[in-house]
Amino acid sequence: MHLIDHEPVQLLTPDGVRVAHPEYSYAGDDSDIRLLYRDLVLVRRIDTEATALQRHGELGLWAPLRGQEAAQVGSGRALLPQDFAFPTYREHGVAWCRGVDPIAMLPMFRGSALSGWAPEEYRLAVPSIVIGAQTLHATGYAMGLTLDGQVGHQDPDRDAATIAYFGDGATSQGDVNEAFVWAAVFEAPVVFFCQNNQWAISAPASRQTTVPLAQRAAGFGFPGIRVDGNDVLACQAVTAAALHTARDGGGPTLIEACTYRMGAHTTSDDPTRYRDAEELAAWEAKDPLTRVRTYLEAVGTPPTFFDDLDREAELLGERLREGCKALPEPDLATLFDQVYAGGSPELAEQRRTYEGYRGSFEESAS
Amino acid sequence: MTTMSLAKGVNAGLRSAMEHDDRVLVMGEDIGRLGGVFRVTDGLQKDFGPARVIDTPLAESAIVGTAIGLAMRGFRPVVEIQFDGFVYPAYDQIVSQLARMHLRSGGVTTLPIVIRIPFGGGIGAVEHHSESPEAQFVMTAGLKVVTCSDPGNAYAMIQQAIACDDPVIFFEPKRRYWDTADVDLSAEPQPLFASQVVRSGTDVTVLAYGPTVRTCLDAAEAGALDGLELEVIDLRTLSPLDLDPVFASVRKTGRAVVVHEAARTLGVGAEVAARVSEECFFSLEAPVLRVTGYDLPYPPSRVEDDFLPDLDRVLDGVDRVLEG
Repeated sequence: MHLIDHEPVQLLTPDGVRVAHPEYSYAGDDSDIRLLYRDLVLVRRIDTEATALQRHGELGLWAPLRGQEAAQVGSGRALLPQDFAFPTYREHGVAWCRGVDPIAMLPMFRGSALSGWAPEEYRLAVPSIVIGAQTLHATGYAMGLTLDGQVGHQDPDRDAATIAYFGDGATSQGDVNEAFVWAAVFEAPVVFFCQNNQWAISAPASRQTTVPLAQRAAGFGFPGIRVDGNDVLACQAVTAAALHTARDGGGPTLIEACTYRMGAHTTSDDPTRYRDAEELAAWEAKDPLTRVRTYLEAVGTPPTFFDDLDREAELLGERLREGCKALPEPDLATLFDQVYAGGSPELAEQRRTYEGYRGSFEESAS
Repeated sequence: MTTMSLAKGVNAGLRSAMEHDDRVLVMGEDIGRLGGVFRVTDGLQKDFGPARVIDTPLAESAIVGTAIGLAMRGFRPVVEIQFDGFVYPAYDQIVSQLARMHLRSGGVTTLPIVIRIPFGGGIGAVEHHSESPEAQFVMTAGLKVVTCSDPGNAYAMIQQAIACDDPVIFFEPKRRYWDTADVDLSAEPQPLFASQVVRSGTDVTVLAYGPTVRTCLDAAEAGALDGLELEVIDLRTLSPLDLDPVFASVRKTGRAVVVHEAARTLGVGAEVAARVSEECFFSLEAPVLRVTGYDLPYPPSRVEDDFLPDLDRVLDGVDRVLEG
C-alpha cells in the first residue's frame, strides 16, 4: 500500500541534465544556478574546514553536513527575509543562506558560547540539539504569524511563514508528531523540512519508518512531498511552493528531502562501524555539487568562473581558520547575568562568590 | 472589597492582564469553551475570543513548545497544565528549552511565558492529580517558580507573573480553589518575588507555601490556645527564594519548621533548612525540621490524609523543634 508517489521530485539528474516535472519547475536562469553553485561550494568548504578544525583540536565537535548541501541551500534560498527558520545543529548551509557569518557557526562547537547569533537579526533560531524540539517552536511562531495577520494577503512583502528543519530520526519523536497535529488543526504557516539523510547516528531510516516519511503527512491532514535532496533546483522549487502555500494561508506541508549524510554523524562518530563503503560510493555518484557543475559546464560557463570560486573558497577557509582561533574565550562570570532577563538575587550572590574566589588567587599571586 | 474564591482570583487576574496587554494569550486543554476543569478560565474565551483563549489539542509538550514559538514572536502566553501530574510530558520543553533560551541566545531572547499548574492533594483524586512537583522546577536554572495561597495574592501574583519577562511556573493550590476571602482589587500588591510574614509570633518560625499556608495558619490558631506563638511565613516565591524575612524571623525565634506536601528528600524544605543553617547557625536553638509528604508516590486518596501534613503534624513538628 503506497499512498504517495515514491519517486522524488527531480529537476536536475545526477548526470547534470535538467528534466521537466509536471508540477514543479525551477524559476531562475543559469546565472541564478551559478549563484546556487557558489553557495554549494562555499558551504561545503565551511564544512570541510570546520571538520579539519575539529581534527586540529580547535573545535570540540562538528556535525558535518557533507552530502546535504543541496537540501539546505535549495530550501534556504527559497526563504524570504521575513520568514523564520528553526534549525538543528547540522544546518550550516541554512545559516549561510540566512546571512550568518560562518565564524559565528563555530562558537557552539568550540565551547566558547552556547550559540553564535541573535535569532531576530537573521530570522534564524539558535540550533536545537534536542531532536525535534524546534518543530514545536516553529509551529508556535507560525501560529503567531497568523494571529498577527501576516498570512494570506497575496503580498510577498508582508506574508510570512516558518520552516522547521529536522531529520529522519526526529520523525519518531513525540514533539515532531505533536507539531504535525498542531500545525494541521491551526492551519499554521509552517513548512516541515525533513532531511532524510538515511541515518540517525547508527540507526537506518528503516528503523524509524516502514513507509515513505512524506506519506505520514496525509494522516495528519496536510500534503507531503518527496524531493531529491541532492538536487538543489528541485529543493528550491518544492520548498518555494510549500512556503508560498503557507504564506498564502494554505497551511503546512511536509517535505521529505531524500539525501545522504556522507560524513559521520559528528566528528565523534565512526560510520564504518554501521554502514558499508558501497552505500557511500553509490551516493557519491549522486553528489549534489557535481551535477550542478556538469550542467553549468555544459551550458558554457567559462572556466574562470570555477577558478574564481575555488579561490573564494580558499580565502573563506583561511578566514574561518583565523576567525576560529580568534574567538574570544568565554567568561563564566558573565553567564550568571544571562540566565534571567530580570536577574536573580541568588545568581547575583553566586556570581560575587565565584568572582571573590577567583580573585583570591589573583591577590595571592601579586 | 470583593469576596471571591482563589479560582476567581486567578480568573480576575487573567482578565485584568488580558485587558491591559493584547499580547497576552491563554492556552490549554479545555480552558476555552469549558472554562477549565476547575473553571479558572471561565468566561475568558467568551469575552476575548478563541484567538486569544485557545483550546489546544491534548499534548502538553506542544502546549509549552508552541508557547515558546509564540513568545519568540512577541506574545505573552499563559498556558495551563490541567493537573500537576500531567506536566511531565512537557518536561523537556520546560527544562531544556524554555528555561535555557535566554542564556543560550546570549541574553537576547526573552520568553515571558507563565505555566499555570494546579498542584497538591486533598481532593480525593485518582493518581496523577495530586502531586507537588515544584522542586523539580526550582532546581532548574532559568525558571522562576511561585505559589499563590489565597484569593488576594492569586489575583495579584498571576498579573505580576504575566508581566515578568522570564518564564514563571505558577503553582495554584487546587484544594484551596474554593476558599473565599475579601479582596481589595485596588490594593498595591507586594513584589512577586517576596516572601511574606502572614502571622507574627515569637516561639517558632513556621514556613509554608501554597496549600500548607492555610494549614499552618490553622495550626498557629490551635497552638495559640496552648500559649504557643507561631510566626508563619508564606514563602510565595520558591525560585528565587526570598529568605531574608525568614532569617530575621529565625534570629528572633531560634527555631524553624518547614512544611510542604511534596516529598521530603531534596524538597524545597531541604534547601530552606540548609540556608537557614548557613545564615542563622548561632541563633538556632534546634535543628530545622521538615514536616512533609513522605518519599512515596502519591498514595490512594483514602489514605491521603495520613500522607499530607495536617494541623496535628505541623504542631507535632513544632513540639519536636521546641524539645530540641
